[in-house]
Amino acid sequence: MSYLKPLFSHPKLPKNKIGYTLKEYEGSLSTLCAGCGHDSISAAIVRACFELSIEPHRVAKISGIGCSSKTPTYFLGNSHGFNSVHGRMPSVATGANMANKEMVYFGVSGDGDSASIGMGQFVHVIRRNLNMVYVVMNNGCYGLTKGQDSATADQGSISKSGHVNPFQAIDLASLAIELGASFVAQSFSGDKQQLIPLLKAAIQHQGFAFLNVISPCVTFNNNPGSTKSYDYVREHIEATSVLDFVPHQEEIKTQYDEGKSTRVELHDGSEIQLNKLSMDWNPEDRVSVVSALQNAREKQEILTGLLYINTEWKDLHGTLNTTKTPLNRLKEEELCPGTEALNQINIGFR
Amino acid sequence: MKPTNTRDPEYYHKVVDCQYACPAHTPVPEYIRLIAAEKYTEAYMVNWESNVFPGVLGRTCDRPCEPACRRVRVEEEPVAICRLKRVAADQKGDVKQLMPQGPFPPNGKRIALIGGGPASLTVARDLAPLGYEIHLFDEQIAGGGMMRSQIPSFRLPETVLNEEVGFILDMGIHTQFLTYVSSLREVLSQNYDAVFVGTGAPKGKDLTNLPGRSEGAASIHIGIEWLASVAFEHTKSISKKVIVLGGGNTAMDCCRTARRLGGEEVKVVVRSPFSEMKASPWEKEDAMHEDIQIFDNHVPLSFEVENGKLIGMKFQKVKAVYDEKGKRQLIPTEEPDVFIEADEVLVAIGQQNSFPWIERDLGLEFDQWEMPVVDRTTFQSTLPKVFFGGDAAFGPENVITAVAQGHQAAVSIHLFCQGKDLMDRPSPYTNLVSQKMGIHEWSYDSQIAADHRYAVPQAKKSVTLKDRKKEVELGFDVPTAYKETQRCLNCDVQTVFSADRCIECDACMDVCPTSCINFTENAEEDQLRLNLLVPAENTSQDLLVSENLKTGRVMVKDEDVCLHCGLCAERCPTSAWDMQKYFYSVTKAYQVPAPFPSLQK
Repeated sequence: MSYLKPLFSHPKLPKNKIGYTLKEYEGSLSTLCAGCGHDSISAAIVRACFELSIEPHRVAKISGIGCSSKTPTYFLGNSHGFNSVHGRMPSVATGANMANKEMVYFGVSGDGDSASIGMGQFVHVIRRNLNMVYVVMNNGCYGLTKGQDSATADQGSISKSGHVNPFQAIDLASLAIELGASFVAQSFSGDKQQLIPLLKAAIQHQGFAFLNVISPCVTFNNNPGSTKSYDYVREHIEATSVLDFVPHQEEIKTQYDEGKSTRVELHDGSEIQLNKLSMDWNPEDRVSVVSALQNAREKQEILTGLLYINTEWKDLHGTLNTTKTPLNRLKEEELCPGTEALNQINIGFR
Repeated sequence: MKPTNTRDPEYYHKVVDCQYACPAHTPVPEYIRLIAAEKYTEAYMVNWESNVFPGVLGRTCDRPCEPACRRVRVEEEPVAICRLKRVAADQKGDVKQLMPQGPFPPNGKRIALIGGGPASLTVARDLAPLGYEIHLFDEQIAGGGMMRSQIPSFRLPETVLNEEVGFILDMGIHTQFLTYVSSLREVLSQNYDAVFVGTGAPKGKDLTNLPGRSEGAASIHIGIEWLASVAFEHTKSISKKVIVLGGGNTAMDCCRTARRLGGEEVKVVVRSPFSEMKASPWEKEDAMHEDIQIFDNHVPLSFEVENGKLIGMKFQKVKAVYDEKGKRQLIPTEEPDVFIEADEVLVAIGQQNSFPWIERDLGLEFDQWEMPVVDRTTFQSTLPKVFFGGDAAFGPENVITAVAQGHQAAVSIHLFCQGKDLMDRPSPYTNLVSQKMGIHEWSYDSQIAADHRYAVPQAKKSVTLKDRKKEVELGFDVPTAYKETQRCLNCDVQTVFSADRCIECDACMDVCPTSCINFTENAEEDQLRLNLLVPAENTSQDLLVSENLKTGRVMVKDEDVCLHCGLCAERCPTSAWDMQKYFYSVTKAYQVPAPFPSLQK
């Protein structure tokens, strides 16, 4: 078995704007099961960061516990990382984000880490609209403990041992919309063409960007009867739109029919261009998104693509009106302005 | 594109770049793995079967395999294939017991071989085990041909040559040395069933028309004749100032030999620019290391003779100019002519075929260049029972080419003697076997070593220049050889893809360290090459295209820079990828018609 990646790469590997190749964004060799959907998501994250020319040292990866939460070892090997306590990734991410607002924060979690033990933290980080990308690698089972049904397993889905899941599933995307997430998307690990632009848009979005990515567990949940297998997902996938992410000041290359196409401008001037496939849905209208999700569930479809986006809402720094300088760069004289300043504040309260 | 037909024996063969480039198609990665496993005898035998002279070639081969080595495309320097071959030869145990053991039951057919060089010896080896009575004629005192007369002992010790020539002659070959064949008619009159001509390209080119050539004749020698005369110890010294004309390997051998025979100021003068000299780069390096100066862009004008004694040569300075088609012209510069002092001159500007001994009325056709008309596949001349091979067939090449041609000529002779169709060539022996030893385990060492090429140590110049027979290269020691073997990428362990097993999880595409694997919409080859993750610009390397997958896409793998590291197969959940060792061997005469009888008795 190989434990190390060969050092060689394709001699003609393209370079991005800051002179790096994909290699500089990769991590160490994955120890997950061969064929795990999580590895594809890792590869998509690598590609998204490469294409956006993000300096690796400007990224922090924070995760909880689980197969999904192991993946930060396997991508962005030159970035910061924090493997935290089970279900507690959001609080670590919040702390880090408060201290330094200038980084890109990747929260990597799974269905167990977010929908079970971490549900409390998950809902609160959404309502605070923390500026981060929150990726759930959702395989509908506890892969690390031999594949028991998780809270996102669909009712009626059959496990590898033949057991039928009797419980309702938690729909993380609907929940996120309900709680006020400002960017909600769903995708599939086996569809990089959709996943990469979604990740790029999520990174550039100012606010909480939630991505629920269905990621088949090849070992425990890729059997007939499972609703999270490669085959089932491919058959039931229904994309809301074809999405192009157009970075700031770059020419828009793809043209879609008028009326079907929507553009959403992000804070940094980059644009998301959506070619709608489903007409009774508007990504900027929560009611239409919720009903589209409900309709899809009725029809046993898995709705993917960008579901909802709101670029108006303030992120946590905006709400708290924090200082423009990251906290970690404030000097002692700014943090302890002295007796005179304290007196002024006290006078203000009288 | 249509799905790749991997059942074509040449598809996977082409992926093994070194083996494909070798005229004799030696299974290079196979013997490199054996060397790594310290199985030198077995490694030697793998070589011996393909190229007949592993010890000779491990020192003197032109190495067409090395520039082809995949390592050049992912790193810089190829694996030191040639020098590893020598390690197998140096460290081998008793190999003779593994070779066909005579006496062989005679089959009643008699074959004459004219010339005792690598081509003839190959024919002898391939045919002897079949029971042919083989008569070998050579004008020299021993077998080996140009390997004996032209390759100096400091590059190829006589003992090495004698051993490998001996392996063949000991198979019961009837040798008639010191016998110059002066008439093919006479040979034909002896009623041989077939005659093989492997007389090489024995005539060195001369500069007959250059002024002063005849006046200075006593001090002007033809390179290959002079080398032969040194090899057979007729010539034992040379003057202090020597000019060697020519830029090929013979010129390099001449100048280095001259240094050992008393030449103190030895200068190589060549018409072409340094970078375009025909000599192998390492031979130029070795020559320069021995204080030999190389003057490029000098065209000889005259031999300068004073009082009946050669005093030097005059040259015109030129520069190379290329037209839009890349054709070179040497244009004189305006600089004054150059005079270079010399007491003796060696002319090593090429060699030619010469067949004064073949009567032109035998029905054996010659072309306008006085070369016999020989079929490129069968090596048969227009006189059905006469076959050609080696330099005698198509002009000067190299030892490994002569061996490869010898194998084919032997097959033809064998078919001819059985009255079979010569164009019905035996197909190669191939075998494709999975290397899987466990879920993620392979029976080959799949780790990729990042080491740079190791240099072969050389004996000290102060020692080697004093003794013509002292070998310069010392060969790898065993620990260094092991490290060098680890640089081999095992290109013969093929990435075999089964579309029906693929679930399109992308794991192989994501893990591939050199971004070779793609899942994409099918298209015509030109377009498909551009559509890959990294465009496949090297069109000399094939694309492996799968059948249609479930989503309608295809898997496309660019073979160009695949490291054969096996990661795609390790990360594949369904074994749609497998690492399978491909063995390819050119079928030799003694393997026809039975596909692959063991060489062991």
